[in-house]
Order: sequence, then C-alpha cells, then structure tokens
Amino acid sequence: MDGYGMQNQIACIRRSLFDQGYLDEQFIQLEELQDDANPNFVQEIVTLFYTDSTRLIQNIELTLNSRPINFSKLDDYMHQFKGSSSSIGAKKVTSECAVFRQYCAAGNAEACIRNFQHIKQEHAILRKKLEFYFQMMGQAAVAQTR
Amino acid sequence: MGNMATQTRFHVLAVDDSLIDRKLIERLLKTSSYQVTAVDSGSKALEFLGLNGENEDEERNSSVESVSAADEDHQVGVNLIITDYCMPGMTGYDLLRKIKQSSSFKDIPVVIMSSENIPSRINRCLEDGAEEFFLKPVKLSDVNKLRPHLMKGITTKNEMQSNTNKRKGSEEIQSPDRTRPRYNELEVV
Repeated sequence: MDGYGMQNQIACIRRSLFDQGYLDEQFIQLEELQDDANPNFVQEIVTLFYTDSTRLIQNIELTLNSRPINFSKLDDYMHQFKGSSSSIGAKKVTSECAVFRQYCAAGNAEACIRNFQHIKQEHAILRKKLEFYFQMMGQAAVAQTR
Repeated sequence: MGNMATQTRFHVLAVDDSLIDRKLIERLLKTSSYQVTAVDSGSKALEFLGLNGENEDEERNSSVESVSAADEDHQVGVNLIITDYCMPGMTGYDLLRKIKQSSSFKDIPVVIMSSENIPSRINRCLEDGAEEFFLKPVKLSDVNKLRPHLMKGITTKNEMQSNTNKRKGSEEIQSPDRTRPRYNELEVV
C-alpha cells in the first residue's frame, strides 16, 4: 500500500474510534499537545496509562476477591482508574468506571464484580485498537521516508 | 539572542498523585512555555518550597533581599502552584491552606484541579484563596487562564521594587527569595 493509501486507512481507523465511542475529545486534546519536539506524546501517555491501569486492575481484583469487600478501598482505586482513563479520552472505559462507582457506593458486591468484567473487557479492547492504530502510524511514517 | 538563555520563564509547581495526570499537566504547561516541576504529593510540594511545616524562620537564610538581573540565572522561584484536590494524605485543599497561611508563600497563586464537580468543594477552595478551579481532564484552554494570575505577580512586584531591567514582553520574574529549589524540571515520584 502506498503512503497515501495508508494515510487514508489511518484516518478511517481514527474516525471509527471516535464514532464507535471508544475515544472522546480528550484524545484530540492529547493529539494537539503533540509537536515536533514531542512527536510521541500520545503514544507515551497511552502506554503510561496501560502500565498504570494494569496495576490498578490487579489491586481491584484483589480487593474484590477479599471478604469482606472493602468498598472504600475499591472506590479509591476506581476513582484513580476513572481519572486516568478520562485523562486519555478513553470514553467507554471511563463510563463503565462511573457505573462501577455507583454500585460500589451502594455496597452491591455482585454488581461490582459483574461490572468489573465489562471494565476489563473495554480496557483490553481499547488497548488492542490503539496498539493497532499506533502501529499503522509507525508504518506510515516509515513509508513516507521511502 | 544571547539574552534568551538568561531570560526567566514562569515556573509552575504541579502537584498530582496520578502519574498520567502529572504527565498531562506537565505537557500542557510546557506547551505554554512554562517551566515545570511536578511532584506527587502535597508534602513533597511543601518540601520543594522549603516549607516543612515547621518554623518558617529557619528558611530565611537568604541574604539577598532584592534581586538583580545578574542573579536571574540562579533563581528558580515558584510563580504558581497547580494542585489536584483528591490526594492521599494532604489534599489539595490542605496544601492551599498551608500556602495561604505561610507569610513567605501566601501570594503565590494556587489553582485546584478535580475530577469531581462538587459546587461546595469548588466554592470552599475559591473562598479560601484558590484563584481558579479546573475540572479534570484539564485542557489547554484552562491552562491559558493561568497567565493573568502569573502576570499579576509581576505587576505587584514591579510596583514594589524599582525594576531597571524591564524588557518588552519579558516574563522576567523577581522571584521570592525564600524558595529553595532542589529539583529543576525533574519529576519527583
């Protein structure tokens, strides 16, 4: 595929991420902070998010598995998780976190556990999509230098 | 051109326990040409300022009362503090109070950030001295609101001290002589 074709494909991938609700305008804010001096900012902060949120997920799992469940601790972790996902524009993940916090506030363990599965799924789906997106951008950058 | 290196930029101290948000605020501030020090807690912020919550007089060790142009290279005063509200240990509100209670630092503008839109919280912060309250995620348009608060700091100081080094459009700062930087654009985690 030539450089122009790749750009087209990348633009489509990007648009679908927004259209399908995976990303919101905060992601655009991140893109606008990228410049020649900081050409990989978006990828860097997304990578940081996945490293950090993986740790949070582990902590949340542990907390959900302990009895009795410490809802206060759960809410604390989820507050952090929601904050970070909101900061990178991860729309679906953020809204699932908001739902979780409501169940948490109500002390509804079952709903929390169920909802957490959704969070993990959305988290993983977005990761794959973004990895693919960054990969394509990397390839396009290489194609342009040819 | 030779003077560029010695021209002081505004220095913002950013406080946030979230790694992602620290990276974000740092980028936002640097994009706006501010010098940034990012720390992950209120206590680290106080430590950076040289305020250990103890006797403030211990920190008044500087013999330089007024600042001359020659000292600019060696000064890293803090011109604004931007802090997250929800942090373990010392909250952003606690930090705000400590800053405002400090005779050395009470005039440094403080801005609070929070992911939660709680009017009573917002009002309390503003009433107790915060200049602005930003809802997270913080955007470039929010950071643009910082400039007037920073410029106000210069005007006040220019009125108080005779400044023979006025340059057009300069962001030259007569920084408080009590801040004692240990870090320079390094992230403290």
